[in-house]
Amino acid sequence: MTQTASAEPKKGSALKRSRGGAAGDKVFSNTALAAGVIILLVLAFVAIFLVTESLPALWPQVFSNQDSIASADTFGQYVLPLMGGTVLASIIALILATPVAVGIALYISHYAPRKIATPVGYVIDLLAAIPSVVYGAWGMTFLAASMVPIYGWLHNNLGFIPFFAGDPSTTGRTLLTSGVVLAVMILPIITSLCREIFIQTPKLHEEAALALGATRWEMIRMTVFPFARAGIISSVMLGLGRALGETMAVTLVLSPGVFSLSLITSGRNATIPSEIALNFPEAFGMRQSELIAAGLMLFIITLVVNMIARWIVSRHKEFSGAN
Amino acid sequence: MKITRLAPAAALLAVGALTLSACGGSNGGSNGGGEGGEGGDSGSIAGTLIGGGASSQESAMTAWVEGVKGEHADLTVQYDPVGSGSGREGFLNGQYSFAGSDAAMDDDEKSQAESICGPEGVFHVPAYISPVAVAYNLPEVSEAVKMDADTIAKVFTGEISKWNDEAIASQNEGVELPDMDITVVHRADESGTTENFTEYLAAAAPDSWTHDVVEAWPSDIAAESAQQTSGVVSLTNSTEGAITYADASQVGELGTVAVGVGEEYVEYSADAAAQAVESAEQAEDGSVELDRDTEEGGVYPIVLVSYHIYCKQYQDQETADLAKAFATYVVSEAGQSEAEGAAGSAPISAGTRDAAMQSIDAIGVQG
Repeated sequence: MTQTASAEPKKGSALKRSRGGAAGDKVFSNTALAAGVIILLVLAFVAIFLVTESLPALWPQVFSNQDSIASADTFGQYVLPLMGGTVLASIIALILATPVAVGIALYISHYAPRKIATPVGYVIDLLAAIPSVVYGAWGMTFLAASMVPIYGWLHNNLGFIPFFAGDPSTTGRTLLTSGVVLAVMILPIITSLCREIFIQTPKLHEEAALALGATRWEMIRMTVFPFARAGIISSVMLGLGRALGETMAVTLVLSPGVFSLSLITSGRNATIPSEIALNFPEAFGMRQSELIAAGLMLFIITLVVNMIARWIVSRHKEFSGAN
Repeated sequence: MKITRLAPAAALLAVGALTLSACGGSNGGSNGGGEGGEGGDSGSIAGTLIGGGASSQESAMTAWVEGVKGEHADLTVQYDPVGSGSGREGFLNGQYSFAGSDAAMDDDEKSQAESICGPEGVFHVPAYISPVAVAYNLPEVSEAVKMDADTIAKVFTGEISKWNDEAIASQNEGVELPDMDITVVHRADESGTTENFTEYLAAAAPDSWTHDVVEAWPSDIAAESAQQTSGVVSLTNSTEGAITYADASQVGELGTVAVGVGEEYVEYSADAAAQAVESAEQAEDGSVELDRDTEEGGVYPIVLVSYHIYCKQYQDQETADLAKAFATYVVSEAGQSEAEGAAGSAPISAGTRDAAMQSIDAIGVQG
């Protein structure tokens, strides 16, 4: 009896203490829940705003009693070339940036001596912090002009490829230049993420590969890449997201125009963000709805891209080598 | 305690009452002034006038907002440079008491305006006149290159692609034109400058300019472009052989085309631009129909006219007085020279001023 009596107060005190802990737990889980709900609400409100504001442009006959929208007959005619330009510029950026970024990340994680790897890592992270308008200014004043002779060469030697057909630009303000600027901008994002993932490759895997007689390159191919595949894809998709939505740099660098496969001609192609940035300040009525609807399309493109990325990542999970 | 707490409140009330009575007094005063014909003493007009619209007038408007304080110290004017279309829209739904606009109101808008301004409707004052220069970057050519409207249209559509093309050379005897590609630079954003320039091309060179009069450059002409006036000017500056159109006050070091008018070639100047508005046909609502293909000597035909749009009759006396005082100042010689200093616009001619003052003096109150 005395034993149980003495044990009970102990239990009680332990319960009290754990009650305090339970309250903290509750507060924390509710805060986390609230944060989750807020982000979903914000996203929902953005989506609702975009849809309601773009209705007059999406169905002009129903919502604004007009036969056509302000800049074309149908919304598709207006937005499809813009979507094409946006995707084209982003693809150029990805093609240029991905191999370089993976290379830099590999160098930092597996090749460079520590003394060099750390400062290089810092510089790469610094690149990510430069505002896009600075990239735009650099692209506009320096890069565009220095691309002109390259365009001339591409046109003369590879003009049979549709991408390099058409009159080469005399100022370099083309979609290809925009793509190069975008590539520089997304390079640090892909690099830092890849570096983090490469570093996490299990040491035992690497050492086992080397012990089997693999060269360093074979070791990377056998252990690092399979382990990091999902991570590389996610980082590339993150970079793609930035390239798709980049506004200021493209606005400054590109002379926009109608859609065309030719990447080296000025006054061709435009991207959705720069179209919005150029025309939104003075747009009103139908034109404003059009631009917001174009924004909605960009929203959808990013959504689709992210879903595809998720799908690819989940498909490769089993082969990641981590398990 | 209670008394000390009440004291500030009482003081506030007293001040409020004084201010109110002062307002009443000033209203009475300005009424008297209005009836007397000219605005009364400088202290009589007080209040805030809110307007919005064309961003082309922005720097001129800043000068006017400051300058009008010299005549009416208590008249505060706010101007939102939201763009011509938004300005007219804001005016029509009562947000702005006056609108700045690069384009005159169309019939639809004018009939809408009757709900705000009463059955008398609105009138336009061509308050801001700015010559649009056709500017080029040819460092080796010192004299102004001469081009007639047809040549300008062909250059900007890309039909003429070399500076030493026969069409240009034949108009510039004795000028050494380089064997260089012409790089056409236009505005990437929608712009009243583009609209004016294409209006000129469509009127003066209908055979060569087959595109419409547009705010956004026709997309099937592949050419260089940049954002805003500053963008096209800096791109032209950095590209040898480039040609563009831009607000004449902003072209800086660039050479400017002497535009063919009739038999002669006219370089842009404030006088020549004001002359274009003076000789234009003025509609009943105050808007002007520029004679773009004029053959009259000394007239520079590529001119941007930006209006101030006012109600003929306002809903209350105070707004009417404020609008009248501001409008009077803007078209006055002082106001126009202030804008010339700040924005490089062309002062309106005496004839235009007289016509505008007739409408401004008639601003009244509904009912």
